[in-house]
Amino acid sequence: MAKAKLKSGATNRSLPKALTGIQGLDEITGGGFPRGRPTLICGSAGAGKTLLAIEFLVRGATEFKEPGVFMAFEETAAELAQNVRSLGFDLEQLEKEKKLVVDFVRIERGEIDETGDYDLEGLFIRIGAAIDAVGAKRVVLDTIENLFSGLENQGILRAELRRLFRWLKDRGVTAVITAERGDGTLTRQGLEEYVSDCVILLDHRVTDQVSTRRLRIVKYRGTAHGTNEYPFLIDEDGFSVLPVTSLGLQHKVSDERISSGVPRLDTMLGGKGFYRGTTILISGTAGTGKTSLASHLVDAACRRGERCLYFSFEESPAQLIRNMRSIGLNLETWARKNLLQFHSSRASFYGLEMHLAIIHKVVKDFDPQVVVIDPVGSLIEAGNKRDAHTMLIRLMDFLKMRQITAFLTNLTSGGDAIEKTDVEISSIVDTWLFVRDIELNGERNRALYVLKSRGMAHSNQLREFLLTKQGVDLLDVYVGPEGVLTGSSRLSQEVREKAAEMVRQEEFQRKERNRTRKREALEARIAALRKDFEAEEDEAERDITQDQDREKLIAENRETMAKSRRADVNKTAVSSSTKKPKE
Amino acid sequence: MKKSTKVSKKRPLSLQEVADKAEKEGKEGPEPGDAWDLRLYVAGQSPRSLTAFANLKKICEEHLKGRYNIEVVDLVKHPQLAAGDQILAIPTLVRKLPQPLRKIVGDLRDTERALVGLQLRQTEESK
Repeated sequence: MAKAKLKSGATNRSLPKALTGIQGLDEITGGGFPRGRPTLICGSAGAGKTLLAIEFLVRGATEFKEPGVFMAFEETAAELAQNVRSLGFDLEQLEKEKKLVVDFVRIERGEIDETGDYDLEGLFIRIGAAIDAVGAKRVVLDTIENLFSGLENQGILRAELRRLFRWLKDRGVTAVITAERGDGTLTRQGLEEYVSDCVILLDHRVTDQVSTRRLRIVKYRGTAHGTNEYPFLIDEDGFSVLPVTSLGLQHKVSDERISSGVPRLDTMLGGKGFYRGTTILISGTAGTGKTSLASHLVDAACRRGERCLYFSFEESPAQLIRNMRSIGLNLETWARKNLLQFHSSRASFYGLEMHLAIIHKVVKDFDPQVVVIDPVGSLIEAGNKRDAHTMLIRLMDFLKMRQITAFLTNLTSGGDAIEKTDVEISSIVDTWLFVRDIELNGERNRALYVLKSRGMAHSNQLREFLLTKQGVDLLDVYVGPEGVLTGSSRLSQEVREKAAEMVRQEEFQRKERNRTRKREALEARIAALRKDFEAEEDEAERDITQDQDREKLIAENRETMAKSRRADVNKTAVSSSTKKPKE
Repeated sequence: MKKSTKVSKKRPLSLQEVADKAEKEGKEGPEPGDAWDLRLYVAGQSPRSLTAFANLKKICEEHLKGRYNIEVVDLVKHPQLAAGDQILAIPTLVRKLPQPLRKIVGDLRDTERALVGLQLRQTEESK
């Protein structure tokens, strides 16, 4: 029957698969391990092979109603139960519920002598009995290679292992076989030769004193699978693989705009603020108010009733709350209303992948609309630059997929080029704000500008950035003949300008007065002249009248004389000739 | 497996139980006069099992005549014992008595090795 099942499976287009239930692993394997076939998990000591196998069984038993059998060749059932209890797996309870059988296979070479031919039918019977006891669909053989240390006859062993894997296939169980990694080979005993359907390699690497676990599917017959090395982690919830590199650029975009919490900044960003679901980077030198801007965004989001996650790699939540209170932001209220969650940890505390995984987990649990990472640069401490870069890209993709607005702060150190981020993520951010110091006349002032903002008409102006008791304020900077001025220079420049204005005003008034005076003087002179003229006119008139009177008198006299002399009447000749001598 | 020796019909004792019982009696190492209690684990009637049984019988007749007992446990019938007694290989011969427990896997074709495994060679020499 099992054979028939397998055959029908083989004719199917896609291989039937058994979901592992392990976070991320089902995504990269395209649905889990090949159903009814053995899967080999190899890796060096401490890579997490046993744990992966156990979780495969536990998830199968609890989530997919597929009971399992765990054949332990290394640890006793009690040890195993104890080891995985910290991960929240209660093997004993599962055994009681008949969902799981743990069978410890003890192999001691000293106890066994070999004489002649044998086979491993005993093991087969044991596995078979265990499978039958709970109706198991999943079987784990945890480090079956231990058989090689217990039994001498390698020829028999190899033949029997081959038979065992075939037998497991025939029984139709999905088997997971773990094996230690060998030198230059996947497994010490070359088990990959026998298990050829699916091989998964676990790796545990330490780079710069930080360890990272990675998983890679070496081979998966008959299925398309992710080929990369995927980081994974083991925490209190078990195993999780991060298949984030496979996300691609398929995320939806939103036209919705959200306020930055600083009205003037919104104005700079096309009047409406950031696009929802975009990545915003604010970079700047130390103490330029990056965290304050982030807090404004958080405050604004919480006011809208949205949930925010704040990852702080430098400050503790209490410190952050206290500091933000000084600029009039009460983040504590939001934290208490459970709209705001802080996650503070030192970046060097975990490896990068762990950080990524934690961020993933928390984001999935809290489902926020806004995520702040303050500062992203410190993640380099947890890994190297390239890793941090890829991790951040993955993180950005992840957040974008979920339509989460991401706000990253980045500290630019003095020596570096200013328009550059430590982790070189500037190309993947959508909006890049820049806060810089302007040092002038013995003081430092902050200035903010929008370096880029995709998809909106944003201001190209530099704004002075003030941290007041009421929060962040943006002011116009003074741009004049003496360049860009901020702070007290701006103030003094303003005073100087005022003074100059006053001087100009006075000058104007003085000129005005002058003109009036001049006009008055002119008018006075005109009046005087007129008076003179009038006087002269009077005099002239008087003269004329006198002359006329005199003429008249003379004429009268001459007439009288003529009358008296009885001279001839040639009036004109007489009058003209007689007049002249008189003058 | 119907030979002269008895084939277990009731549940055979697990090896742990056997060891516990032996401890009570406080015995250590085979002594010349000891009664031998042997158990042969087989799985069904495979040719290899039959060979093993025949070889065992021969050795016992030769070295332990009259003071041995062979119990054959068929794991197909008692699969729980495979786990309990930590049996992987078939056939496996277990020397329950005299103490301590010894396990020999294989069809006992190599008589010399079987004798050494059963510590019979040693017993012979001490005779």
